[in-house]
Amino acid sequence: MAQTWDAIIIGGGHNGLVTAAYLARAGRRVLVLERRYRVGGAAVSEEIYPGFKFSVFSYVVSLLRPEIIRDLDLPRHGLEILPLESTVTPMDNGDYLAVWGDPDKTRREIYRHSPRDAEAMVEFGRLMHHMAQAVKPILGMIPPDPTSLSPRDLLGLLKLGRHFRSLGPEHVHALYKLMTMSSADYLDEWYETDVLKATKSASGIIGTFLGPRSPGTAYVLLHHYMGEIDGSFRAWGFAKGGTGAISESIAGAARRFGVEIRTDAPVTRVLLKRGRAMGVVLENGEELRARTVVSSLDPHRTFLELVGEPELPEDFVSDIRRYKFRGSSGKVNLALDELPNFTCMPGVGPHLRGAISVSPSVDYLERAYDDAKYGEFSRHPYMDVIIPSMIDPHMAPPGKHVMSIFVQYAPYNITGGWTDAKREAFGDTVVDTLARYAPNLKQAILHRQVITPADIERITGLTEGNIFQGELALHQLFFLRPAPRWAKYRTPIRRLYQCGSGTHPGGGIMGASGRLAALRILGDGR
Amino acid sequence: MLRETPFHPRTAALMEGQAWRRWAGYVVASAYELSHEREYHAIRSSAALFDVSPLYKYLVRGRDAARLLDRIVTRDVLASKVSQVLYTPWCDARGKVIDDGTVSRLDETTFRMTAADPNIRWLHLNATGLDVTIEDVSERTAALSLQGPNARAILELACGQPLTELKYFRLTTGKIRGAPVTISRTGYTGDLGYEVWIDAAHALAAWDALVEVGTGYGITPAGMLALDLARNEAGLLLIEVDYISAHHAQIDAQTSTPFELSLGWTVALDKERFIGQDALEREHARGPVWRFVGIEVDWDSLERLYADVGLPPKLPTTAWRASVPLYVGGLQVGYATSGCWSPLLKRYIALAHLEARYGEPGTAVEMEVTVEHRRRRAAATVRPLPFFNPERKRA
Amino acid sequence: MTREVIVIGGGVNGLVTAAYLAKAGIPVQVLEARGTPGGLAGTEEVMPGFRSDVAGLDAGWLLPDIADHLKLGAAGLELVVPEASVFSPQPDGRALTLWTDPTRTAEEIARFSAEDARRWPAFTAQLARFARVLEAVYAVTPPRIPDARGRDFATLLGLGRRLRGLGRREMVEFLRVAAMSVAEWLDDWFATDALKGAVGAGGVTRILQGPRSAGTAFVLLHHHVGRPAGAVRSAQLVKGGLGALARALTDVAKGFGAEIRTSAPVREIVVRDGRTIGVALETGEHIAARRVVSSADPRRTMCGLVPAAHLDPEFVRAINNIRYRGAVATVHLALGELPHFTSRPADGALRAAITVAPSLDYLERAYDDAKYGGVSRQPFLEARIPTLLDPSLAPPRQHLMTVQVQYAPYHLRGGVWDAAARERLADSVVASLGNYAPNLHTSVLARHVVTPKDLEERFGLTEGHPYHGEMTLDQIVFMRPVAGWARYRTPIKGLFLCGAGTHPGGGLAGAPGRNAAHELLLKEGRR
Repeated sequence: MAQTWDAIIIGGGHNGLVTAAYLARAGRRVLVLERRYRVGGAAVSEEIYPGFKFSVFSYVVSLLRPEIIRDLDLPRHGLEILPLESTVTPMDNGDYLAVWGDPDKTRREIYRHSPRDAEAMVEFGRLMHHMAQAVKPILGMIPPDPTSLSPRDLLGLLKLGRHFRSLGPEHVHALYKLMTMSSADYLDEWYETDVLKATKSASGIIGTFLGPRSPGTAYVLLHHYMGEIDGSFRAWGFAKGGTGAISESIAGAARRFGVEIRTDAPVTRVLLKRGRAMGVVLENGEELRARTVVSSLDPHRTFLELVGEPELPEDFVSDIRRYKFRGSSGKVNLALDELPNFTCMPGVGPHLRGAISVSPSVDYLERAYDDAKYGEFSRHPYMDVIIPSMIDPHMAPPGKHVMSIFVQYAPYNITGGWTDAKREAFGDTVVDTLARYAPNLKQAILHRQVITPADIERITGLTEGNIFQGELALHQLFFLRPAPRWAKYRTPIRRLYQCGSGTHPGGGIMGASGRLAALRILGDGR
Repeated sequence: MLRETPFHPRTAALMEGQAWRRWAGYVVASAYELSHEREYHAIRSSAALFDVSPLYKYLVRGRDAARLLDRIVTRDVLASKVSQVLYTPWCDARGKVIDDGTVSRLDETTFRMTAADPNIRWLHLNATGLDVTIEDVSERTAALSLQGPNARAILELACGQPLTELKYFRLTTGKIRGAPVTISRTGYTGDLGYEVWIDAAHALAAWDALVEVGTGYGITPAGMLALDLARNEAGLLLIEVDYISAHHAQIDAQTSTPFELSLGWTVALDKERFIGQDALEREHARGPVWRFVGIEVDWDSLERLYADVGLPPKLPTTAWRASVPLYVGGLQVGYATSGCWSPLLKRYIALAHLEARYGEPGTAVEMEVTVEHRRRRAAATVRPLPFFNPERKRA
Repeated sequence: MTREVIVIGGGVNGLVTAAYLAKAGIPVQVLEARGTPGGLAGTEEVMPGFRSDVAGLDAGWLLPDIADHLKLGAAGLELVVPEASVFSPQPDGRALTLWTDPTRTAEEIARFSAEDARRWPAFTAQLARFARVLEAVYAVTPPRIPDARGRDFATLLGLGRRLRGLGRREMVEFLRVAAMSVAEWLDDWFATDALKGAVGAGGVTRILQGPRSAGTAFVLLHHHVGRPAGAVRSAQLVKGGLGALARALTDVAKGFGAEIRTSAPVREIVVRDGRTIGVALETGEHIAARRVVSSADPRRTMCGLVPAAHLDPEFVRAINNIRYRGAVATVHLALGELPHFTSRPADGALRAAITVAPSLDYLERAYDDAKYGGVSRQPFLEARIPTLLDPSLAPPRQHLMTVQVQYAPYHLRGGVWDAAARERLADSVVASLGNYAPNLHTSVLARHVVTPKDLEERFGLTEGHPYHGEMTLDQIVFMRPVAGWARYRTPIKGLFLCGAGTHPGGGLAGAPGRNAAHELLLKEGRR
C-alpha cells in the first residue's frame, strides 16, 4: 500500500508551490505534481536559443506579496527583484513620453507635454496610493459571501463594512468609480495628454479582453498599481534570472520545508469516493492518495476535466462553464545581436533598462481591441517591451540581448483558429510595428519565439491562454471568483481545494491565492 | 539630470565643496564655502545674495485676474493696490493650507504669483468661467534675493535709482545693466531685503552687476543653509517641513489651517467668497485647535542635561528639520518641526505646533533632546514669532 | 415678498416636484423658460401639418404610484401600452416581434429557435425580478455610503431584505448581472442574433457604450423598472403625445395651488453666505425665495446658474466630470403613406418600436464608429409611428414617423452638426429603413432632424442628453449626480436638485421629482 500524503498539490506553478510551502511549513507532508519537465507554470525561464534565456511567458513582477517573500525566506533561495524604473512611449511624431524613477525628472518630462498633467500626476498618484491601500486588506481577506447567513460570513461582511466606513466617503466613492468606469474615462477626469492617458490605460487592459474605453478596465489599472517593492506602490520589477527564478526560489523554499516535487507527472483525474477527494490518478495510471487534494489549475481544468461534471452540482457546473477566460495576449521573445536603436531616443540609455510601451494614443489601443473583438489579432497591437539582458546581463551572452515583447490583442478564438502561418504573421506584425520605432530591430534578430494564446494553453495548460486563469472582470472578482459560494478555496467536493489565480484575488505573480488557500486549508484543520 | 538655474555658471564657479542640493528639480547651493557661517553672517551684517530662481512663478492676467486670485488666496486681493505684494496662504474647501507664497499686483489686471509647489492646475481648476490667462513663467523668470543691512545701498547702485521710497512689501520697476527688472521689498530672512525678478536671458548680467557694485559693501553669495538659519530666526514657515500641503497630505491629521499656523492675520474673512471661507469662519468662531509658535530652549536646562553625562552642551550647527516632541507635565502637547542654534541671538530656538491652550508666549514646556543617545527633556519657553525682527526690515 | 419654494424648469420632473409640494400645502412657483410648460415633453408642429414630440422620447415610464398620488388619470391623462413592444425586421426578410404577452413572444421566437423560445419565459421572469429590486432602490433617497447614518440604516436594511428576498442564487445573479455587459448576459441565455439584437438594444439606450461594455446589462434592467412582468422593452405612450402629460401635470399642480410662470428664464441662482435667497431672471427681475429647486441638469444648475465663487472647486470638478455625451438624434419623417414592411408585420406590430438592431455585432459596430467621434454608418434605429395611435397628429391619411438614431454623438470629431451632416443623417435613416420597407423612399414628404446639439440649444440640455447624464454604473444611485451629493441637496443651502440628473435618473418620468419633493418635505417636517 502506497503512502498517503497529507496534501497533494496539482500543478507546480507559483501558486501551487506557495500553497505547498505554507502547508509543509505547518508540518504537513506535501507532494506537488507538475505536468511539465520543470516547475513554474507560466513563470519559467528557459534557454530557448543557445545562450539566451527567456522569461517565456510572464516577464515582470510587482504583485508578489512581500509577506510571502518574508514567510518563505525567498531571497535565501535565490530571489532578487531588480527595479524596472522607467516607461518610455515612442510617439508617432518622433517624440516620446517618459515616466522615470525620479519624481522631478518625471515632472519635468510630463510638463513638456502638459503643465497641468504634471501636477495632476502627483495628485493622481496620491489617490491611487490611497486606493491601493484601501484594496490591500481586501486582497488579504478570504472573501465573505454576502448571500450567506453563517456567522463567519456575516462577521467577514461586518469587517468589510467597517473597513469601508473607515476609508471615508471620498475614498469609497473613488474606489467605486474605479470599479465601474473605463480606464479611458477615468483618466479623462485627470489628464489631457493623449499619449499619457494611453500609456496609463494600457495597464488597465493587460490580460483582459477589453479596450481602454470598456467599463471595468479602470479597476484593472488599480490592480497594476498594487504591486509593491520596498513599500513603494506601482514599482515594477524584474526577477534576476527571469521569472523562472521566482518559481525556483519558491520551490527551493518548499523543498526545505520537506515538500516533494515530482515533475513529468501529469494528473488526469481526481480520485473521488462518495463525493470526497481521496487522491489523484496520473496519466500513467498510478494512483496517489492524500487526505487533501489542492488544484492550482484553472477552474475549467480542475472541475470540468479532473473532477468531471457528473460529480458536481448542476448550478456549479453552469457557473464554471460561463466563467470567462478569453485569452487575449501573446508574447514575442527575441534574441538580439545588438540593442534596438529607438528613433525617438537614439543610442543606449536608461530607457533601455525600463519598459518601452507601444501605446501612442487611446484610439490606437481601442482600435487594436476592435480588431480582436471581431476575431483578428491587432494589426497595430499594444506592446510592452523590456530588455531583460539590460537589467540582468546573465540573460544573454556578453554583448547580446534578449527582448521580451508582451502583445495585445491576440484573441484565443481567432477566426479560423491559430495556425503556424497565422502565428508567423502575428510575429511579423509585432516586429514590423516595433521596427517603426526602432528601425534596426529586424536586422538585429538572431532568433524569434512567437507565443499565441493557443500556445500558452498548449504549453502551460492555461485555458484559452488566459494569463490570469480567467478574466479580471468585475463579475469575476472577489466573492464571485471563480463561482458564487465557492470563492473561498473550498469546492463542492469535500477535501478538494483550489489555490490558483482563478480564485480571489487572482492574477499576476502575486501568490496571494496560494497563500490564502493554504491558510484556509490549515484553518479547516487539514 | 537636474536643471540648472540661469545663474548656474556663476554659482558653480563659487562652489568650493560641491555642496549642492535639490530644489524643485533644480540644483542650488547649500553653501558655497566649506562652512556656511560667513554666508549667514552676511545676511545680518552686510548683504547676502541668494539664487531663488526655482520658485514657481505664475503670471495671471485679464479682466478677472484679481477675482481669480481673490477667490483662491485668503488675503483680500481685490483691495490690493498696484505695486503691492501680499504674502498669503491658500486653502482647499476645508480651509486646509495648500501652499503659501506671494501675490504681486503688477498693474490693475496683471499679477505675479509665487509658490513653493506647482499650482497651475489649481489655478486653472478655479478659473472656470473667468476672463483670465494663466502663464507659468517659472523657467523664463530668474530671481535673486539680496538680503541684509547693505542690500538697499547695493541695489540702488546697481539699478541707479533711489529705493528709499520703496516700502516693505511693495514693488517697483527699474533696470540693471539695461535689462528691465522688477524689484520687490520682500525676502525670506526677516531682514532688510529685496527680491529681483528678471528675464532669464539677462540673469547673468544682473548677477555680475550686483556682485561688482556690492563687493565694497560685503555682498556675499549665500546658500540654503544660511537661509534656513535666517528663516528660523524670522519665524517663517517652510512647506513640507513646518506644514504639509493639503494636496500632499496622506491623512487629514497632517493638514493645517491658516489659524493653526498662526497666519490668522492673512485671512480676510469678511471679503468676497474665497475657497475655504465657510470652514475658516467656523474655525474662527470656535478658535483653532493648534497654534504655530516659537520655542526657546532654556540654556541652563540644556547645559545640565549634558553636564549629567560629563559633556558640554552640543548645539546643532545647521538648522534641523524633524519632528521633535514637546511636553507639558509629562504629556505630549505638540511638536517642533524646525529649529537651530541662532548664531546671532545665541539662543536655541525652534518653530513648533502646540495645542492652542499652551500657545501663549511665556508658557513653560519641555522639548525632547537626545543627549548621548538618550532621550531627555529640556526646559523651554513659548516665544512670540519672529525671534529676530530688526527695525531696518520695515524702515 | 419671499416665496417659499421656487422650482426652476417646468419639465416633467419640475412639475411633479411642484405638484407634490403644493399638495403638501407649500406655496410653490414654477419658472419655465419656454412659452409652455413641459420641457422635452412638448408636442410641437415639427413640419407643416405634422405634430410630434420634438425629442421623440417616451418621457420614460411613469411609475403608477405617481399617477395615483397626483390623480393624473382624473386630469385626463391616458396611458397606452401597445401590445407589441418591439418590431425588428431582419436582413433575411423575416421580422421578430416582441409582444407584451410572453407566451405570444415565445411563439414568435420559436420561428427562430425553439431553444430560445423555451428559455424566454424564464428570462423575462428574471428580468422582472431584478427590475423589482431596482424599483425598491429607486423609490428612496439614496442612503449615504459608506457614511450611513440616521434613516440610511433603515433604508439599507430594507434594500438588503429585498435583495435577500430573491433567494441566495438569484441574489448573486443580480449582483453579477448588474456588473455585466448586456451581450454577455444575453449570450448566457440565447443563441438567436435577431433576439439578442432586439433585446440588447435596450442595454445601450442613450449611452455612448456598446452592448459588449460592462454595465450595459444594468441599463437594460433600468429600463424595465415599473414595467409589467413578462414584457420586454415595452413602452408606455401618452395619448395625444407627451404634451398631454405636461398638461395634466400642469393642471394638477395648479389645482394644488402651485403657480406656473412661463417665458421666465432664470439667469442666476442668487446666493448669499452659502445660502440661496432666490433667483434672478434674464430680465433682471429678482424673485426672493427660501428654497430653490432646480430641475435643470446638474452642470447647468451648478456651473451655469450658481456663481462659481460659491462652490468648492473639487465639487465643480466633479460636476464637470459628469459624463453627458448625448448620443441620440431624432429624425422626424412626414410620410404620404404607411411604410410597407416586406416582412409582413402582424396586426398591431407597427405600434411597437420599429427597431433596426439585427444583432449584437450590429450594435457594437454602430458604437465603434461613435467611439472615434463619428456617426454610425449603420445606426441603431428605433422608429415609432404615433399617427397609428393618434391620427390627428398628421393631415388625413398621412403619417408621421419619429426615428431615434443612435449613435449620433454630440461631440463630432473633425466635424460639426451642420446642414450637410443633418441631411446625411436623414439619408442614412431613410436608406436603412428603406431596406425593410422599400416604399419609404418614395413616401417621405419632409424630414426634420433634431441632433443632440439642437437639444442643448433649445432645451438647455447639457450635451443634448435628455437623461441629464448617462445612466452608467458609476453615475447612479449614491453617485448621481456626483458622489456625496445624491440626496437632492447641494453644497448651497436651500438649493435642491430634482431633475433626471438625480437619482433614479432618466427614463423614469417624474421619479426624481417625486423623490426630491419627499426629501424636501422631510426637511420641512411635513412628512
